[in-house]
Amino acid sequence: MLRLEVVAIPMYLNSKIQLMAGNDKFSEMPALKPLVPFDDSVIRFLDELSGLLIKHPQGRDFPEIITFGFYVRKSSITRLKRSYEDLKSNVGRGVSFHIAPSNVPINFAYSLLVGLLSGNACIVRLSSKELTLTNILCDILSTLLDMPKFSELKEYVSLIKYEQDTEINSFFSSICDLRIIWGGDNTVKELRKSPLPPRSFDITFADRYSFCLIRAAEYLNIKDKRKMAFNFYNDTYLFDQNACTSPRLIFWVGDLENIRKAKEIFWHALHELLIEKKYLVQPMMAVDKYSLSCDVALDYENVALPIAPDNLISRIELESLQSDLPERTCAGGSFFEYSDQVPDKLSNFVSRKFQTLTYIGFKRDELVEYFANLEMVGLDRIVPCGKASEFSLVWDGYDLIRHMSRVVSFE
Amino acid sequence: MDDHSFLTKPVFGLDIIAKSALLTDRLKELSVHHYECCVSYKKILKAMDFNIDTVTDYHNIPFLPVRLFKQHELLSIEKDQIIKSMTSSGTTGQQVSKIFLDRTTAKLQTKVLAKIVESYVGKSRLPMIILDSSSVVKDRAMFSARGAGILGFSMFGRDKVYALDENMALDFEALEAFLERHKGKEILLFGFTFMIWQYFYKFLKETDHCIDLSNGILIHGGGWKKLEGQSVSQEKFKEELKNVCGIKKIHDYYGMVEQTGSVFMECEHGYLHSSTFGDVIIRRAFDFSVADFGEEGIIQVLSVIPESYPGHSLLTEDKGVLLGEDSCPCGRKGKFFKVTGRLKNAEIRGCSDTYVPQF
Repeated sequence: MLRLEVVAIPMYLNSKIQLMAGNDKFSEMPALKPLVPFDDSVIRFLDELSGLLIKHPQGRDFPEIITFGFYVRKSSITRLKRSYEDLKSNVGRGVSFHIAPSNVPINFAYSLLVGLLSGNACIVRLSSKELTLTNILCDILSTLLDMPKFSELKEYVSLIKYEQDTEINSFFSSICDLRIIWGGDNTVKELRKSPLPPRSFDITFADRYSFCLIRAAEYLNIKDKRKMAFNFYNDTYLFDQNACTSPRLIFWVGDLENIRKAKEIFWHALHELLIEKKYLVQPMMAVDKYSLSCDVALDYENVALPIAPDNLISRIELESLQSDLPERTCAGGSFFEYSDQVPDKLSNFVSRKFQTLTYIGFKRDELVEYFANLEMVGLDRIVPCGKASEFSLVWDGYDLIRHMSRVVSFE
Repeated sequence: MDDHSFLTKPVFGLDIIAKSALLTDRLKELSVHHYECCVSYKKILKAMDFNIDTVTDYHNIPFLPVRLFKQHELLSIEKDQIIKSMTSSGTTGQQVSKIFLDRTTAKLQTKVLAKIVESYVGKSRLPMIILDSSSVVKDRAMFSARGAGILGFSMFGRDKVYALDENMALDFEALEAFLERHKGKEILLFGFTFMIWQYFYKFLKETDHCIDLSNGILIHGGGWKKLEGQSVSQEKFKEELKNVCGIKKIHDYYGMVEQTGSVFMECEHGYLHSSTFGDVIIRRAFDFSVADFGEEGIIQVLSVIPESYPGHSLLTEDKGVLLGEDSCPCGRKGKFFKVTGRLKNAEIRGCSDTYVPQF
């Protein structure tokens, strides 16, 4: 059932595209009717997918498959839907074109998820790297979509791979209503070479900066220090401290003596955990971390580099918060530390680049109140330590479901 | 600082104990000097809360990451004392290291290099072929690593001829005339590993030109990275060169613009050697502790030379294996080792793509 004239993809481009799952008639996707947010057919499909993922034999090797499986269960989706009861007259915007990042393989699944939940057809460009996890998920999705009961939904999903190619980017950009770009500043820049139709727009996930706020006195009162170290580990080392949500700066709040004590216990607990997890210090990572430490010690005044037993954790203690600090990042466990009686210095420090603040030793409500009054240009999420990388339908300051659907207004 | 009497020590003749004492003295002295004269160096050591006075073994002297010279201009002299600056050979777009020399450091470089090279080619100056184009050294205002290398090694030769013309084509006539003049004599050749392979070897291989360099001693350096891509190993390099021009004595050297002079030359048994005036320490990535013999790790290089910039102890981005100390069958004392390649970029998870073309 065609709604629009179809712009066919040139043969020579089509031959460079590898279909991993779903519909291979990309050109016809703009003709599809948009779905409503949380469409029943989508929820049914996700629930069936969930069943296969939760008990997947390779779930042991890839816990993110299980996490995603639970996230898309009917009960979980229904719970998420509750926040969107008011979207009675919304529909999807049409075709969404997703560029998934190469370094977090599971990410494409979440991107697809929000695309479908908001009612859009989804063309998802997967990383051209060979990734086991991507292949596992694609196989499952492909099998499900090929079942007769999902034949209609199949038209809404295209999971594809192609080598970086501006012409192909341009083709998909020209037929999409929405472009979702993951992968940071450079990928955004690359994709912006391809124009969008006048009414279409980008949702971009640029390079971001995240940090952790710890109230030393409260931290010292926490009984289970190991649990807290584990939470911090999940926010950082689990993704080699290279997720946009991974804290790179620890802002310690309190008096000097408490902070001194808290630091000692905090880093010791984390170190023990890293040893236990056998976190691998890759040679270049060790050199990168060491180079950053020296570089910063040289450029800033009165930097301190505490002696460490090994290269697992690299700490850089700062005397002041310089505005170029967010540019100085290094993956694999390199942390800046700054201490003050109160967190007030943050208001001038936080820039547009700031994304997630994780916290230890604060109450949610006091932070809500505190930050509400600061009127900062940055900072999109404030979550307890350990939840930094938990996916949410509100991400990077976008309420994705609302953003990716179209409101039809009636008067 | 001005006491350079260490230069009188035999270049490959000190055993581990004597050499350790010399290096500890001199490198400690250099550390103090740079601490006092280079603000940047002082800031880094202060940040580490490092006290040079406590050093009793040069292994404990801090190392600067070699990358730091790409990001900063590090000097331990006044700007008006600079007589020469050198840059590393980076490809376009890459940041290059910038190294500043005063008269003393430049002189030390020359003296140390001379002592090392003498051990391989003897004291007398040999007729010399430079396997490169003369255009590389024409711009003397700014020395590239390639230019600096050529000029540095040129001291050991006479009646020099450049084997390649401006277009990097083999100047066969000049070479033939040169070889005619020096028939039967020992000849010194110098060049960069990749250039030799790409422009000298390939030309001889692909044409039917013949030259006889069976009396030649070739010294080459610059690294194997580009040749690895063409699957050219050290062994293959030697064998193939021997096939096209009969050359039998071939010595690779490992060195970097940040430590010009105290190079590590390959001996007759295929191992790189540290002289009395420099050293390598192989370190573990996990904690930068000293690796065992035979254990691959990150290469730290030390040199007694640098006075004008704080480059006496550097952590490289190369990996290597220490094979022994004082016991090489070639008879030279000191450590002998192999460079096993460049460190790979770390493989990192996370959502910010580290490599754009593959986004």
